[in-house]
Amino acid sequence: MSLVNITPKKGDGKSIKAGAGPSEGSAITVPVTKDASQQRQKRMIANHFDKLSTAKEDGKKVAYTFVPGNLTELMGAFEMLPVLPEINALQSGMRGKSGAYISEAERGGHSEDVCSYVKCDIGMLRSGNVGPTGKTLPSPDLLLLSYTGCFTFMKWFELLKAEYNCPVVMLHVPYQADGIITPEMRQYVIDQLKSDVIPQMEQITGKKLNLDKLAEQLARSRRAEDALVKVWESAKNRPSPIDGYFGGVYYIGPIFSAFRGSEDAVAYYEELLAEVNDRIKTGEGPMTPAGVMSNQKYRLVVEGPPSWTHFNEFWNMFSNEGAIAVASTYTRVGGLYDQGFRHDPQDPLGTLADYCLGCYTNRSLPSRIDLLEKYIKSYSADGFLINSVKSCNSFSAGQLMILRELEKRTGVPGAFVESDLVDPRYFGKANIENRLQSYLQMLEARRNGNIAASGSSPVVIGSAP
Amino acid sequence: MTAEPTATHNDPAAAVLRRAHALVADYGMAPVKSWKDQHKGALAVGHLPIYTPRVLLEAIGVLPVAIYGAGDKDIIRGDSYFQSYICHIPRSTIELGLTGMLDSLDGMIFPAICDVIRNLSGMWQMLFPQKWAAYLDLPQNFRPEVGGRFYKLELKRMARELHERGAQALTDEGLRAAIKDENLRRAALDKLAALRRDASWRVPASEAYLVTRAGGAISAREHAALVEEFVAAANKRTGQLKDNVRVVMVGSFCEQPPFGLIKSLERAGCDIVSDDLQLGLDYMEGMIDEKDDPLDAVVNAFLYQGKATASRYIGEGTKGAALLEQVKRAKADGVIFAAASFCDPALLDQPMLEAACEGAGVPFTSFKYAENTGQFQVIREQAGAFSDAVRLWESAA
Ligand code: SF4
Ligand code: SF4
Repeated sequence: MSLVNITPKKGDGKSIKAGAGPSEGSAITVPVTKDASQQRQKRMIANHFDKLSTAKEDGKKVAYTFVPGNLTELMGAFEMLPVLPEINALQSGMRGKSGAYISEAERGGHSEDVCSYVKCDIGMLRSGNVGPTGKTLPSPDLLLLSYTGCFTFMKWFELLKAEYNCPVVMLHVPYQADGIITPEMRQYVIDQLKSDVIPQMEQITGKKLNLDKLAEQLARSRRAEDALVKVWESAKNRPSPIDGYFGGVYYIGPIFSAFRGSEDAVAYYEELLAEVNDRIKTGEGPMTPAGVMSNQKYRLVVEGPPSWTHFNEFWNMFSNEGAIAVASTYTRVGGLYDQGFRHDPQDPLGTLADYCLGCYTNRSLPSRIDLLEKYIKSYSADGFLINSVKSCNSFSAGQLMILRELEKRTGVPGAFVESDLVDPRYFGKANIENRLQSYLQMLEARRNGNIAASGSSPVVIGSAP
Repeated sequence: MTAEPTATHNDPAAAVLRRAHALVADYGMAPVKSWKDQHKGALAVGHLPIYTPRVLLEAIGVLPVAIYGAGDKDIIRGDSYFQSYICHIPRSTIELGLTGMLDSLDGMIFPAICDVIRNLSGMWQMLFPQKWAAYLDLPQNFRPEVGGRFYKLELKRMARELHERGAQALTDEGLRAAIKDENLRRAALDKLAALRRDASWRVPASEAYLVTRAGGAISAREHAALVEEFVAAANKRTGQLKDNVRVVMVGSFCEQPPFGLIKSLERAGCDIVSDDLQLGLDYMEGMIDEKDDPLDAVVNAFLYQGKATASRYIGEGTKGAALLEQVKRAKADGVIFAAASFCDPALLDQPMLEAACEGAGVPFTSFKYAENTGQFQVIREQAGAFSDAVRLWESAA
């Protein structure tokens, strides 16, 4: 499903300079229509939520699960319908509902210190469990606890278990502490798939696992993954035809959620790639909330999740200044395909294990730094920005070290802002905007030779108000 | 941990308490230095709070050293590594590392407890590349042929890596001896728990804490002897039952509350008769099997005898059931939830545990702290009000 609903400004078919908002010198042009891939994604989502709304009558089983390490192909092989509470939470953030949901959860005794996704989900549940399309979500038949890259996942599903009378199955995915997947780690995940996850799914659905069906799903995943990697790598062009962070979260929607392994996902990614290739030919930039962005002054790599409550405002802060995200790590939380991983239909369980083990937040801090360094260099970035979200220790603990280490290794200055995922209280708009502008001005001065090449870059902090 | 024990010279436990205090002073590094002087060439390895298989380390001649952050020490460099919304212990641990306080350690183990400790393991690898640093992934699957198998391989890996750095090789004989010693500690800690339960006026929680924590940087055998000595001495005390409320304190299993905070709770009329403050040293229910294959015994003890805590998945078990059992066993009147600020595991667990207490009619109160909290007045008032309320509730019931 789409992670975000981009609402582009309605255009009249002509490219025009955007009005109030973009600062002088930016070249935001208003888009013509929604891309066909966007329309396709919208239909896919609507269809999925329709299916969910009638799941119980249709006899379909529903599994709630998480984005990192999701076992979509396996669920697909059992014809189970996935619900991803993280995506419901971020959608609530986008729709301006998360603040009330979080308050509801905090009134019920949840601490203000913990992940706002969890509280948003609990609040949404207590408020009727109405999903992003306005339809009530079915309760789960299974809580599939893919325990990958985040400790909070375990607590989250323990909390949900107390709300729903359904089984939970834990898939413990060991952490890549030394930056490698050992045979023991891989075997442990495979063993759990065999001893716990698959038997539980078989029991719930009343079906035996059909390995051929699983392999077909995996083969389709591979095709979609091939296309997505080409989309990511298109950002090496100048101008970049994509925004690899704000636009990127839109691109990862289908592959990180309910659709990987489906024909729909293949069609979506092939269509998206064709559109991106067209933009490369015409030298056109990506669409942003303010319009098409072709004049790209600053190429940035971004680490950390976005602030969903202020998604478009945050994006505008970039595009108004001519800053484009050429790569990001958040868009790799559900799989690092651009580092070579592909689902392998020849080794169905082994490939699921590799997938779960390889997600971004399951990587050690040194390997995260290596990856960011690689992005900064291979995407010829002018700078990098860390959006450090209060909610997420998995992402955030250690980011100040990431900042320093990257500056040291690349000589490229970094910016550091603080906000939150779906708790609107922690987005200090003016503060973040001022700091981002100062940072970009510093990049400009540096480009013009007014600041030493490395070692003198300021750390930019935009904290909550 | 700065406060000296307040026991008087007439107190039969005064001497052992002074020794315990000396063991925890200097962040536990004083006993490490003297141990290393006596065991030339042997390794000492630190570990962050919560369960670490110390028995395995002892079996290969390595001194396990529990690291609990830096308490109320001023943090100068560590703060620049973490945002304000991350708990205190990782920054103070980095501070200890950067200021050379941990130089006598040859390595560090970061057991799987939360994402902060997990990420800290990678930071440590980068900050101290010359030292051994291992993340210990504790299994969340408790089938012996699945999670048990994985854990056994993890233990072997750790032993192998330490052997490559100078530790002894892991042998059945060595492990059997270490299990025996660990069981001595287990037995001693059980006696301490029983004394707190049955004669809490003889053992203030602050003393039980001190004596337990003193085992962080000595061998299990020495620790067992210390605890036994304390229990014997405390049993000689001629105190009187006070009109205090009996509470179980939970949520403080990692970043430790200041010693003064524990004392403040006592002064507020709360007898803490059970807690999870030193869970890492007291993680198992019962003894480790001495007849089984020794490595299997260590693994099985983790799988089947590990205490319920926030970082341990309980599968189809009922959340809060273990806490209610703890309350019952300790004959407690209520629960104090005391968690470090921004401690995800404790704070995410808390609503579920509170719900269990509510369901069972167990009164509770909750507060947050940081290891360097300096003011306890508010917490003391809150605890005082709680103990008054519990007393009133009990007299009305
Ligand atoms: S802590 Fe981070 S990774 Fe975990 S659920 Fe929250 S936002 Fe997601
Ligand atoms: S205090 Fe809590 S959040 Fe902090 S390191 Fe310890 S367990 Fe993790």
